[in-house]
Amino acid sequence: MLSSAVGVLFDGFAYGMLLFLLSVGLSVTLGMMNFVNLAHCSFAMVGGYATVTLVNRFGWPFLATLPMAFLAGAFVSLVLERVLFKRLYRATDLDQCLLTIGIVFISIAAFAWFYTTDQQSARPPEWLRTSISAGGINLAGYRLFLIVFGLVTTGLLFFFIEKTNFGAKVRAAVDNQRMARGLGIDVDRAFMLTFALGGGLAGLGGALAIEVVGLDPTFALAFLVYVLIVVAVGGLGSIGGSFAAAVVLGISDMAGKYYFPWLGAFLIYLVMVGLLMWRPLGLFGKR
Amino acid sequence: MASVNDTRWRPLEIAFWLCTLLPFVLAPNYLSLASQIAITALFALSLDLILGYAGIVSLGHAAFFGMGAYTAGLIAKHYWTEPISALLIAGIFAGILGYALSHVIVRFRHLALIMLTMGFGLLLHEAANSASVLTGGADGLQGFRVPEILGFKFDMFGRAAYAYALAVLFVCFLVTRRIIHSPFGLALRGIRENATRMPAIGAPSLSHLRKAYTIAAVIAGLAGAALTQTTSTVSLEVLSFGRSADVLVILILGGAGRLYGGIVGAIVYMVARDQFSGVNPQYWYFWIGLLLVAVVMFLPNGILGGLSALHKKRQ
Repeated sequence: MLSSAVGVLFDGFAYGMLLFLLSVGLSVTLGMMNFVNLAHCSFAMVGGYATVTLVNRFGWPFLATLPMAFLAGAFVSLVLERVLFKRLYRATDLDQCLLTIGIVFISIAAFAWFYTTDQQSARPPEWLRTSISAGGINLAGYRLFLIVFGLVTTGLLFFFIEKTNFGAKVRAAVDNQRMARGLGIDVDRAFMLTFALGGGLAGLGGALAIEVVGLDPTFALAFLVYVLIVVAVGGLGSIGGSFAAAVVLGISDMAGKYYFPWLGAFLIYLVMVGLLMWRPLGLFGKR
Repeated sequence: MASVNDTRWRPLEIAFWLCTLLPFVLAPNYLSLASQIAITALFALSLDLILGYAGIVSLGHAAFFGMGAYTAGLIAKHYWTEPISALLIAGIFAGILGYALSHVIVRFRHLALIMLTMGFGLLLHEAANSASVLTGGADGLQGFRVPEILGFKFDMFGRAAYAYALAVLFVCFLVTRRIIHSPFGLALRGIRENATRMPAIGAPSLSHLRKAYTIAAVIAGLAGAALTQTTSTVSLEVLSFGRSADVLVILILGGAGRLYGGIVGAIVYMVARDQFSGVNPQYWYFWIGLLLVAVVMFLPNGILGGLSALHKKRQ
């Protein structure tokens, strides 16, 4: 009983790290521009397919493809931001939703065309696949890797946002966009770079998720709900909030699947609706 | 437009409704498609009432469609097969659900509203999936048939089905048209434009929005029930996120905030899907996605909005 609880906590935490990578970019960009980007998981899918292609077609080692997954996600999000999204910053929520859902649909069909609708896989190296036993508890090596990777990324992000000049600009723009503009901060440029960074992190998350949940073209929709839950519960523009929400969601999802499998995703949705009704701005939302 | 409350029927409207009778004569092989279109148009009309007129964005409108569909299916399976009474009961059930949810929904705006409507839709979908004793779960509700309507048989040619779907659509359209042109409809548009100013001139925003939401839920439930009765199955798909997204696409494509927007959108969308999915069904969503991007970028008021802008330019 105890060991299963520890196992659920461990797996859930690893899953939460994955959710954090997938959603933190959306949280920050939503906080900055109020742009409802439902296509965020499409960027993750781009990263995932970049890894699949490099590993299976060009024989790259798995770890070497991760920077490429980041770059692929960042590049695609940058192009879309420049070409389409920036025209809609002042549009209604509905228009933003519709445009980005359109992009989700296009990405699903495009990946189905190029890669079929089959589940793709990209094997991480053997040493990551072995599991470590400690005190009768089995810790899967890959999940341990996810946790370490996630924590390091979170640390870097915190440093970047809290300590650098660019981070200060981003925080200013999230807190009060008009005031930041008034102080001479180039919010559009900061937003563009943040958007690319968020897309890159999502691409990384997509690549890392392959081993855990697999990859097929419906990824962009299937994970959208989870990502939106993290963003909505964590509060817009809050990295710490996203982190906490992602961990809670990851662990409760794992626990739900382990202890109450008949409930399916019901529990998660119930928690989301309840939290939103209680605190519509998220647990850590300021505005 | 002469005035907002000009309720007279224009010749074009009368011509349009006469044209809906044409499939009986011109395309007897496509009557089942035609009845699907009529049901989808009814569903889109219901969304138009809350989104186009009251400004409530919803990504979970399938909840009410599904509620109506399952209610009608359960009545036909366990109780009786007379369709009209079952249709009304399904509408009432969907309305009760809509009224209950409306108390929560109308208090939220922006992202929280989108997430909540989506959340309620997903919740109901999961609930129907889990409660397989009642709903048949992922296999859907099967093993019932609604044999006839007022003595006309629901046969494979689909004449009675189309007539039935069209009649339900027309009646609901008349009701919606009346609502839109009433002072209540005008107040809804006022709330859409400025939700804080309307109470100041004596229009209670929240209770108006609740009413509109409940009425829309009833209409969506009627659409769902009509689908169940004309196809004799209920699949779990009636509650899916995909259905909520589709109806939104349809309404936006036709033109939200216009009485005929949903109907025109449904015709274009369903006919296009019928044609495209014959070629390669898997890639249908590519075209829908492209269409959405194009509509948002170039045709913000949908097909009807574009046409009326063109018409104004001519004059």
